[in-house]
Amino acid sequence: MKIAVCIKRVPDSETRVKIAADGKSLDEAGVKFVLNPYDEFAIEEALRRKETAGAGEVAVICLGPAAAQETIRTALAMGADRGVLLQTDKIPTDPFETAKVIAAELTGATWDLILFGRMAIDDYSHQVGPLVAELLGLPCVTAVSHLDIEGTKGVAEREIEGGIEVVDFPLPAVLTADKGLNEPRYPALKGIMAAKKKPLEVKPAQPGAGTLEIVALTPPPDRKEGKIVGEGAGAVGELVRLLREEAKVL
Amino acid sequence: MTTLAVLEQRDGVLRKISHEVVTAAQRLGGSVEAVVCAAAAVQGADQAAKFGADKIVTLTNPAFAKYAPEACAQALAERAKQGGYRTIVFAASATGKDLAPRVAAKLGVGVAADLTDLAIDGDALVGTRPVYAGKALLKVKVKSQPAVVSLRPNVFTPVERPKAGAAETVAVNVPAGRVTVREVKAAPAGTLDVAEAQIIISGGRGLKEPANFKVLEELARAFGGRAAVGASRAVVDAGWRAHSDQVGQTGKTVSPSLYIAVGISGAIQHLAGMRTSKVIVAINKDKDAPIFKVADYGVVGDLFEIVPKLTEEIRKLHG
Repeated sequence: MKIAVCIKRVPDSETRVKIAADGKSLDEAGVKFVLNPYDEFAIEEALRRKETAGAGEVAVICLGPAAAQETIRTALAMGADRGVLLQTDKIPTDPFETAKVIAAELTGATWDLILFGRMAIDDYSHQVGPLVAELLGLPCVTAVSHLDIEGTKGVAEREIEGGIEVVDFPLPAVLTADKGLNEPRYPALKGIMAAKKKPLEVKPAQPGAGTLEIVALTPPPDRKEGKIVGEGAGAVGELVRLLREEAKVL
Repeated sequence: MTTLAVLEQRDGVLRKISHEVVTAAQRLGGSVEAVVCAAAAVQGADQAAKFGADKIVTLTNPAFAKYAPEACAQALAERAKQGGYRTIVFAASATGKDLAPRVAAKLGVGVAADLTDLAIDGDALVGTRPVYAGKALLKVKVKSQPAVVSLRPNVFTPVERPKAGAAETVAVNVPAGRVTVREVKAAPAGTLDVAEAQIIISGGRGLKEPANFKVLEELARAFGGRAAVGASRAVVDAGWRAHSDQVGQTGKTVSPSLYIAVGISGAIQHLAGMRTSKVIVAINKDKDAPIFKVADYGVVGDLFEIVPKLTEEIRKLHG
């Protein structure tokens, strides 16, 4: 099994968001960056598939700044074999440009599986995986929460509103991983030490400008100040009155 | 200028989210062409006219009986190439999130995804999308032709604006594709998905144990089929509730009319999934819980006393 996992370095979700002076980007000072949580499911799945097959390779590919080497090392510490950083200081706003850079890198080899996280928790685009699949002409299943593979045939499950779709697909394929697919492992100390010696290739990347242009990044509008209606079951009558007469939702 | 509004159907019935797509599309001015991929005539497709579709096109193919991602993408992309649309609007539903990028890639563009607002500004389309767990809003100008966008569900409240809605059916000749849906395992009858519910009652660790979710289920039932029960990450990770019920960053993003958070402290990752709800009620014993900062109405105290009382009051309202 030769598997590529495409990952992203993202601000930790607990980060306090401060908008930079340009009014269009995140002020990165003091921001803690982590491996995108959905990508952990993708890495874990790749490792398990390789372990089950008994042979193969898990390569991790990341478009990002020099600091994303650290993110790749996290994946290597989990057990991936090698990493490729497509280095750029500016991640494109247009996901199609990101997809083009990643697809170009993936074209150089034959993969059994190409895995992504379902979405990145910073920009919520949930589309680089399927865009890459289209660019490479590969079948794609998104938001996979359960996966069975037998030879070159796969069966995936994905959550939809009010149910689960059971999807047949052939390999090679592009899949995006949802929570529930597996329980990602924590890198053990041995893995962390081993990761330092694993190959990590850095290649300069020059993504295009694309067709999405940032106008502004702003704080969300403050929610109108709420009120504590009261304490205990005695406040329920007043709560219901407010929901009916003020909020008009009942 | 024509906008293509991509509708959704399941089992031959138009999905309600399609009304939101048409509503948003008609906001852009010009004419709206609604399109749906289906195996045969779609029940309720004519509803699109009520919300502003000048024309309703059903693209038919036997493969469309179930969601056929590759066949639908090809059919829609071909339609889009012929039609010369300024904008193509999808819902950012489970299907829309899967389908929009496939169509966009075939048109050589990306998707401005999960928009909570969109407008025409001069000759450009400008969309707004929540980023960084909802802690910031990113406003983007979409310069591609066509602009491909998807809309966060439950944000664009359907507005009736009746148009002619001339119906057209076109049999399309596309291959079934390599990726096929074998079956849809439906959730038990009567359970409403949190992503689609107008009212959500979510529970967190404050419920103390899985069996206690029955107090929330009773409240949901009191709303007469309009409410779903959601859950925080903590209780999903603990195995108390299914992942499909999880609201938050690694779960579903919801925007119901009423969100009732019960025994949920309000971690940022939970807020990311529900802060665009129209009205938020928090019930928590800790008056300093962060959930009270985003709640419109809060009740401090023991949820096991408050929720049953609320259920009783709601039952009275609904007779």
